[in-house]
Amino acid sequence: MNSEEKKIILKTEGLTKHYGGVKALHDADFTLADGEHVAIVGDNGAGKSTFIRQVTGVEIPTSGKIYFDGNLVNFKTPADAKKAGIEAVYQNLALADDLDVPSNIFLGQEETYFNLGPFSFLNENKMFKQSIDVLAKTGIKIPDIKITMNNMSGGQRQCVAISRSAGFASKLIIMDEPTAALGVQETKQVEKIIRSLKENGVPLIMISHNLRQVFNLVEKIWVFRQGQIVGCVETSKTDGNEIVSLITGVKQGVGEEASFI
Amino acid sequence: MEQKDDTLFIKLIPYIDKYGILLLIAIMLLVLHLLQPDVFFSWRNITNIFKQISWQSMLALGVFMVIVTAGIDLSVGSILMLSLMALAISSRAGLPWQIVVLVAPAVGLVCGMINGLGITILRMPHPFIMTLGTLYIFRGVGNLISGGVPIGGFANQIRSIGNGKIKLEWLYGEGAAQYIPSSLIIIIIIYVIFWIFLNQTKIGKWIYAIGGNPGAARAAGINVNRILVLVYTLCGFLAGIGALILAGRTGSAYPNAGLQSELDAIAAVIIGGASFFGGRGTVLGVFAGVFIMGLLRNGLNLMNVSVFWQQVLIGSIIILAVYIDVLRRQFGTRK
Repeated sequence: MNSEEKKIILKTEGLTKHYGGVKALHDADFTLADGEHVAIVGDNGAGKSTFIRQVTGVEIPTSGKIYFDGNLVNFKTPADAKKAGIEAVYQNLALADDLDVPSNIFLGQEETYFNLGPFSFLNENKMFKQSIDVLAKTGIKIPDIKITMNNMSGGQRQCVAISRSAGFASKLIIMDEPTAALGVQETKQVEKIIRSLKENGVPLIMISHNLRQVFNLVEKIWVFRQGQIVGCVETSKTDGNEIVSLITGVKQGVGEEASFI
Repeated sequence: MEQKDDTLFIKLIPYIDKYGILLLIAIMLLVLHLLQPDVFFSWRNITNIFKQISWQSMLALGVFMVIVTAGIDLSVGSILMLSLMALAISSRAGLPWQIVVLVAPAVGLVCGMINGLGITILRMPHPFIMTLGTLYIFRGVGNLISGGVPIGGFANQIRSIGNGKIKLEWLYGEGAAQYIPSSLIIIIIIYVIFWIFLNQTKIGKWIYAIGGNPGAARAAGINVNRILVLVYTLCGFLAGIGALILAGRTGSAYPNAGLQSELDAIAAVIIGGASFFGGRGTVLGVFAGVFIMGLLRNGLNLMNVSVFWQQVLIGSIIILAVYIDVLRRQFGTRK
């Protein structure tokens, strides 16, 4: 596992985002190798979500460059990023509440009988069958996928959101707090999906506040503080103390009893 | 035993959800038949109901699509009036009927597009504001171009669209009075086309997705603003078709055409089970909503009930329909 030899899938140079006078993200240099799973950690307002929003085209950076899959990219909308192969699972669960599971999994990229642009007729049968395959691949059990999202538990919703991005041939998956507000069983399910992505060689960026989860799942941790990247450490060569001191900016460790380790 | 009843009730919910409104119509038909056994189910009365609801059903269908996107269109009544006036003026100017026929839908389409572009480009905080503005503007323009007076005298071809009769002599024998109103055929064609559009195409799915969660639709790569412009444009277009039907029925364009009909359209959509907050509702439901309002007005007219009581009843039905929906969601949805 020599990461030097691997292709760089995502690279940012001097990525900066200012909201008026607020420097939400400043001069971020970030690299991600193909197949690599990394976590982004940091305190509230450290710039994690801002960073993700620039990379996925939700917002346009104030300055800086983004290279994706070898090319300089300039995403104007989430659709551009999606077309390039970046799939994002957002914190606020980007699901249409009144649609069923297949409609949500295929939203924006529906299967059709023949192409008439936006007026194409939907192939509901094909979407139904493929949804069952996609859910089976990620090990998610939903009794009836024809019921609408607002009738599902938080865990089921999150699993659908994740299998939505995992189900398509994407080059990079980004997850913003994938297990926030989930129960123990549901968290395990999501972690299982993430491990299966690793086995399939799909690179992943995950924002998480849960350091135990981060140490279990990823090989590299990027630490953000006050809008800047303050460190990048390999999980195998560090411990919770070092990460926490990077997050808080306090040099000495806080001891093993810290509640969020 | 109690437990079993409970689950049966839960199992019935999706069916009540889907077909409950048809049950309501069946009950209304039965009650009206029992109250007016001679008149109500006569061919003449039933065709009358369809003629009366024909143009409102176009407005309601347009407003329904807008409401599914979690928007609102208050201007459909004014679009109808402006389209009707434009039709009348082009007819008076001596244009051939083949062109006059296109005027009303075209004017409606442009008005709807103005609404859609205003909401998206001017970034109005809510469609209510944009369409409240155009409610005044379109009716004002309609009165400016007509001078505020009724204009009559349309070609027979124009009148036959809203007022035509397809005689059923082949079925009932020579000289039979039974006929199918052409406006009913138009309703059926338009409703079937829009049912296919909303349920079987990509855009239809996106329209529901936008109403359910616009952020999700945007994140899925859907150009939400473009879809919204299309929806408001189609809503205006349907109001133009409504104007064409009304032109046939009344034979003249008058300043009060479609006055307050936007509220009737919204009422029909809500009675038909669509969620006012977007994302939920069916084309069949809209038709049922329009039909229920038509039945109610027809039945109360037959029984010589005062028009003021009709207002009280329709208002009560709106509140009752939404309250039933609130109860149903309380049982049926995890929240």
